Amino acid sequence: MEISKAELQSAAQASALSQTPIEINGSDILVKSLQAEGVQFVWGYPGGAVLHIYDALYKQNTIEHVLVRHEQAAVHAADGYARATGEVGVALVTSGPGVTNAVTGIATAYMDSIPMVIITGQVPTHAIGLDAFQECDTVGITRPIVKHNFLVKDVREMADIMKKAFHIARTGRPGPVVVDIPKDVSFKRTTYTGYPTSVDMRSYNPVRKGHSGQIRKALQLLVGAKRPFIYTGGGVLLSEASAELRTLVDMLGYPCTNTLMGLGAYPASDRKFLGMLGMHGTIEANNAMQNCDVLLAVGARFDDRVIGNPKHFAQNERKIIHIDIDPSSISKRVKVDIPIVGDVKDVLTEMIGMLRELPAKPDPQSLAAWWETIEAWRSRDCLKYDHGSSDVIKPQYVVETLWNMTKDADAYITSDVGQHQMWAAQYYRFDQPRRWINSGGLGTMGVGIPYAMGIKLAKPDSEVYCVTGEGSVQMCIQELSTCLQYNTPIKIVALNNRYLGMVRQWQEIEYSGRYSHSYMDALPDFVKLAEAYGHVGMLIERPEDVEPALREARRLKDRTVFMDFRTDPTENVFPMVQAGKGITEMLLGSEDL
Amino acid sequence: MKHIIAVLIENEAGALSRVVGLFSARGYNIESLTVAPTEDPSLSRITLQTSGSDDVIEQITKHLNRLIEVVKVVDLTEGAYTERELMMVKVRAVGKEREEMKRMADIFRGRVIDVTDKSYTIELTGDVAKNDAFLEAIEHSAILETVRTGACGIGRGERILRV
Repeated sequence: MEISKAELQSAAQASALSQTPIEINGSDILVKSLQAEGVQFVWGYPGGAVLHIYDALYKQNTIEHVLVRHEQAAVHAADGYARATGEVGVALVTSGPGVTNAVTGIATAYMDSIPMVIITGQVPTHAIGLDAFQECDTVGITRPIVKHNFLVKDVREMADIMKKAFHIARTGRPGPVVVDIPKDVSFKRTTYTGYPTSVDMRSYNPVRKGHSGQIRKALQLLVGAKRPFIYTGGGVLLSEASAELRTLVDMLGYPCTNTLMGLGAYPASDRKFLGMLGMHGTIEANNAMQNCDVLLAVGARFDDRVIGNPKHFAQNERKIIHIDIDPSSISKRVKVDIPIVGDVKDVLTEMIGMLRELPAKPDPQSLAAWWETIEAWRSRDCLKYDHGSSDVIKPQYVVETLWNMTKDADAYITSDVGQHQMWAAQYYRFDQPRRWINSGGLGTMGVGIPYAMGIKLAKPDSEVYCVTGEGSVQMCIQELSTCLQYNTPIKIVALNNRYLGMVRQWQEIEYSGRYSHSYMDALPDFVKLAEAYGHVGMLIERPEDVEPALREARRLKDRTVFMDFRTDPTENVFPMVQAGKGITEMLLGSEDL
Repeated sequence: MKHIIAVLIENEAGALSRVVGLFSARGYNIESLTVAPTEDPSLSRITLQTSGSDDVIEQITKHLNRLIEVVKVVDLTEGAYTERELMMVKVRAVGKEREEMKRMADIFRGRVIDVTDKSYTIELTGDVAKNDAFLEAIEHSAILETVRTGACGIGRGERILRV
C-alpha cells in the first residue's frame, strides 16, 4: 500500500536522522524536514521572505531545487511530478505575489486531489496585518483551495507542522497543503531534536478499510446484475489500485470505462474497456452508463462533465455502488444505493477476496446479451474521423501517429486544456496508470509544459510529450527556459489551429458561429521561439510530414523539441454532449450540427 | 427544515473561518452561529443553525467533518435536544409604556437589566421561537435595539457530545 509505505519510509528516515539536540534556525529545520520526508526535488522561486530558506537550501546537497520562471509553473511542475510518481510534490514560493501566482497551481492540484506541500514565505510576524511590502493573507487566500494550511507562528512548531503537512497531503483523499512561514520564524533558532516519527491528530483519522457488510452487499448486487457497468476515476490511480481493478474486471468480465482523470487505470487496449465517458466520451461508454442496471463507481465523483444533465441521467433506473475515500463525494450529485467509504485499493482487495469465495457467478446469458448490445454501439466507431484532403493535417491524426509510434515506449503524455486535450484523451490509448497527466477538475490552461518538465526530472529515461495547443502553450511558455537550464528534454506536440479551438467549437455549435475573440491573429513564430530558448523548433504543415517530424523529434533524445503542427482549424471534437443535455444525446459529427 | 448542528473544533486561530468559508463557498445558509471554548480550552464548540433539504444537510455535515480541525459533528435536530438563545432588547419605556413593558417582560420570564427614564433593556433566554414571540408581542415601534446570540444547543439525557 503506497500511502502507508510512504508514511513508514518517512518515519524510518526520521528516526535514522534523529540526533542529539542541536541549536539551528527555522530554515534548517525546514530543510531537515524535507530530507526526512525523502523529498528529492523542490520547484521554486526565491524572494525576500524566503531568503533564509534559500540560504539553507544552498548549504545542502540532497534536495535539488529547480528554479522556474513563474511561480505558477513551480506548483504545476511539482504537481506533475506528484501525478506521475505518487510522491508528494513540493513547491517553494515567496510571500505576496509569489503566493498569488501560485494560487492557480494550488487550485489545480486541489481539484484533482494531488498530494502536495507548498511552502510559502510570509512577512515577519511583527509585520503581519500591517500591509507590509509583499504581504498577503496567504492562509486566507488559499483556504478554499487546499486540503489544509498552516501558518507557522513559532519556530518550535516547525518540525511538527511539516510532519502534519506531509501526513495530511498524502493520506485520505490526498490534496495540497500550504505551509506559510514568516521570515523571522525561518531565521529564529531553537533546539531541534529530530523529525517527529508519528503524527497525533485527534481531528484527522481518515478511514482506509471499507465496511465489510457493505462490500458483501455490493458484491451480491454486482454479481446478480444483468447489465453491469464499472465506472472508475482518478481515485483508482491515487490509491495505486490499477492492478486490483484489472483483476476485478477480468474476474467479472464486465465492461469498464475510465473518466478523463482515470485513464490508464484499466488498459485501453483491452476489449472490456469501452473508452472514456462523458462530454466527449464514446457512444458505447455513455450508453452503457445510461442503460446499465448496476453501476459500480470507483474513485469517481459523478462530475457534471461525466453524467451530463443529472435529471436525464436519473431517468433510467439503476442501482449504484460507490466506493470513495471521501464521504462528501458520495450522494453529492447522484443518489447512491450502496456507499462504501474507504481506500479504493483496500476495498477492491477485499471485494476480490470475497468474490473468490462467492458461490454465485454472473449470469452468462444476460451478460452475453449485454455485451451484444454494447458491441452494436461500439460498431458505430464513433471516433472515426474524416481524414480529409491530403493538404491539411487532422489533429486526431497527429495524436494517433504519436500513439502508434510510442505505444511500446511507456511514454508520459501531458496536455493542456481544450480540444487537443480531448483528442489526446480519445486517440492516445493509455494502458498504464499515471501516464496521462492533465488538469481535469480545474481545467487549467498552461499546465502542459510544467507538468512535462516535472515528470522528466523524475523519469529522466522516459519519453515525455506535451500535447498542447497554440493557446494553452503560451500560458506557461517561459518554462522552456527552465527546461534548458535543468536539462529536461521534453517534446511539445502543439496542435496549432490558430483558434482557441474548444471556445471556437462551442461558438460554432451554440452561438451560431459568432467567433467572439477566439481567433489568435498574431502568433509567434514557434520555431524561432524554441530556438531562442535554445531548443529545436519544427514547423509541420502537411500530413505526410507528421510521422517524419515525430520520428526526428524522438531521435533528438537530449533536446527539447517544439513541433508546431498546423492543423485543420475547422475540426471539432466528437462525440460531444452539449451543456445541459443527457450523456446519450450525443453529437457524433459535423452532420449532426 | 431547520437544523441545529453542534461542532467540536480545535481551538486554533482561523478554525472558525474554515467553517464559515465552507458555508459561503458551497452556498449553504448560516442562520445563526455561536462559538466559545469548552471546559477543555483546546476545544471550541460551535452551534450552528441552518436550513435545507435532507440532502443538503447531509452534505453540510460531511463537509464539516472533512475539515481537518473539526473533531466531531452532530446534528442535534436528529434527536432530543434543548436549545437556548440569549436576547437583549432595548425598548422605549415612557409613561404608561413602562408598566406595559415590565409586564410583558415578566410574562416571558425576562429581566430588566438596565433602566433609564426613557428605556428598559430586557434580557430574555429561551429557544429562538420564544424570543421571536416576544418581539412579536411587544409594540414594534417601541424596539430601539435588539441583540441575539443565536441558538446554542445540547442533546438531552445520555446524548453527549465530547471527545
